Amino acid sequence: MRRHMAELHVDPHGALYARRARGLQASEIRALFAVAARPDVISLAGGLPFVQALPEEDVLSVVRGVLEGRTGTALQYGGGPGHPALRGRLAELMAAEGVHADPEAIVVTNGAQQALDLIGKILIDPGDEIVVEAPAYVGALSAFAAYEPRFLTVPLDEEGMMVDALRDLLVGGARPKFVYTVPDFHNPAGVTMSLRRRRELVALCREAGILIVEDDPYAMLRFEGSPLPRLRALDPGSVVYLGSLSKIFSPGVRIGWALAPPGLQQRLVLAKEAADLCSSSFTQLVAEGWLADGRWREHLASLVAIYRARRDAMLEALEAHLAELATWTRPEGGFYVWVSVPGHLDTSALLPAAIDRRVAYVPGAAFYPDGRGRDRMRLSFCYPSEGSIREGVRRLGELLADEEALYRSMSGGPTDPGS
Amino acid sequence: MVVLAGGRSPEREVSLRSGRRVAAALAERGHEVRLLDPADEPLVGSLAPGDACYLALHGREGEDGTVQRLLELLGVSYTGSPPLACALAFDKLLAKEALRAAGIPTPRWAAVEAPALRDLGAGDALDRVLERVGLPAVVKPARGGSALGVRAVERAEDLPEALMGALAYADAALVEARVRGVEVAVGIVGASPEALPPVEIRPRSGRFDYAARYTFGATEYFVPARLDPLTADACERTSRAAFDVLGLRDIARADVIVDDDGVPWVLEVNVSPGMTETSLVPMAAEAAGLGLAALCERVLAAALARGSSTLD
Repeated sequence: MRRHMAELHVDPHGALYARRARGLQASEIRALFAVAARPDVISLAGGLPFVQALPEEDVLSVVRGVLEGRTGTALQYGGGPGHPALRGRLAELMAAEGVHADPEAIVVTNGAQQALDLIGKILIDPGDEIVVEAPAYVGALSAFAAYEPRFLTVPLDEEGMMVDALRDLLVGGARPKFVYTVPDFHNPAGVTMSLRRRRELVALCREAGILIVEDDPYAMLRFEGSPLPRLRALDPGSVVYLGSLSKIFSPGVRIGWALAPPGLQQRLVLAKEAADLCSSSFTQLVAEGWLADGRWREHLASLVAIYRARRDAMLEALEAHLAELATWTRPEGGFYVWVSVPGHLDTSALLPAAIDRRVAYVPGAAFYPDGRGRDRMRLSFCYPSEGSIREGVRRLGELLADEEALYRSMSGGPTDPGS
Repeated sequence: MVVLAGGRSPEREVSLRSGRRVAAALAERGHEVRLLDPADEPLVGSLAPGDACYLALHGREGEDGTVQRLLELLGVSYTGSPPLACALAFDKLLAKEALRAAGIPTPRWAAVEAPALRDLGAGDALDRVLERVGLPAVVKPARGGSALGVRAVERAEDLPEALMGALAYADAALVEARVRGVEVAVGIVGASPEALPPVEIRPRSGRFDYAARYTFGATEYFVPARLDPLTADACERTSRAAFDVLGLRDIARADVIVDDDGVPWVLEVNVSPGMTETSLVPMAAEAAGLGLAALCERVLAAALARGSSTLD
């Protein structure tokens, strides 16, 4: 056969990519999730809101209302900070939650996810320190990682972020640009920051001149107990508040927002315009229409009732099937339960075996910037039915029991033949 | 003409990428092509006697003989190796036995099987495993591809963890001695099988893992491999011999490490090599002056010439 010598460039543009794109790689976990997305697998992995529960007629009537006589606005570009009517509604929504905002100060974004990206873009130079919780929302880690920060981590316990550990970091010389936190019904940990910790955190950060980024997609999904004041309500001066309609209405409309101190707000608008000019006028008006009709609160209440029943199903199933092998958090709201398994089990490595048993979870390591969390997993109860949740957790219990037995069978361990 | 791709294995995505490219290549050659994902449509019922299948399935059912046996039952002709050869090649433990018996160099290994660990106390024999294989070693699931579940082991105490990872993909694993040398892949194609020029693999990270295989630009490839002519020939001949020993046909890819003495060590032979943009056999074919369409055509022609197996 004909031969010629060549170095083959599978990607002729490989040398062109920026340093920040190097981490964007194919991965074993992604390959597994492609299988986990099959309908025969009970997925306790993704955090998909149960949008099917929204009454279709109500949604349709809002969408019709947006288009009837208003195509000139709905199909046009809009202003960078967002549609004024929607910003008014968002200000009302926040006021009901104890956060006071001038509609003018709100910047509408494509989901709160875009706000995370813009915050990274505005605040992080390569090598800058930022503080995240350990574990932290994986989407925030990816958004910030593109700007090449140095991640510092603060652990969580049942009361949320351990502020003393943050103080120790600062005393030790850390100078982070900001602290990122999900205080209510944490993703992935499920825990909620106590009032005491909230007060300590804002006091500490104000004193040190550090911004707090408060990511708040879940607080309105409370199943029990009393709402706690948002960090933004405790200290408007140093907290960037991120809200989202993804969990209380629809992630498909991609509506989130940021409420920031004035200097940062100005830059958020400019960065937003540079990134994508404006959010979709159409979906902003759909969101505005949804919030304009008071019934959205009833729909939200029924969603919360569904999530509460699913959380109960998950906690009961965990008690029934995992009690001897694992511990877990008991969320008072939100989407997630965070499970700790024996330290010698690696949830990333076990995922293929789980999928083989037709159940999926998110391995804990995804939620740490530094490879920790291998003995943790995130289970979400938002999307599968109660029956599926019970069956999924049962399969998980069998898996862990078998894997534990397998590990024990090797626990004598080998010794190095060379030594 | 039906291209089978997708399925339920962890290599589903890779298979779909292979399948789409094969389908496009065959369509370019004037074939009427339909892509069929057995995870979406039941295989039986979607195929009729007289159909011809190009198998672009990767992983378990697609490569271990299961789909092949079913297609034979249906009277459908298909590309690639027959059921027994698939079963033999796909199971690394069986394949290595066969290679060793035929005198083809394959790195030292030992099996660790989950049932033996659970029921036969095999955990106490892990010392023996390392005595036989030595360190550094590589732990692999006995069945599966794309380097999924493969771990390097440098220290004895890391063996159990690596085994847990491999055994999550299959109920048996092998612990294999790591041979240092040049990593190459040899494609073998056609009705009268011919070896394509070896492709040399240089992963930038040092490990040819899943990310290095399927991220554009994560691995440097040299085609043909930078081997002296004698070594390259030895590599091709040995790969061809492995192909014959395992009873393969139409298309396969041997994964080989050429050590400093020029000995080609065969790690495994894949019955359904990847056909993605970053896959090795299409690269080798390209270097031999054979475009993707011609490559697929040649594989298909081999299957069509054979027709469907007749069943008694």
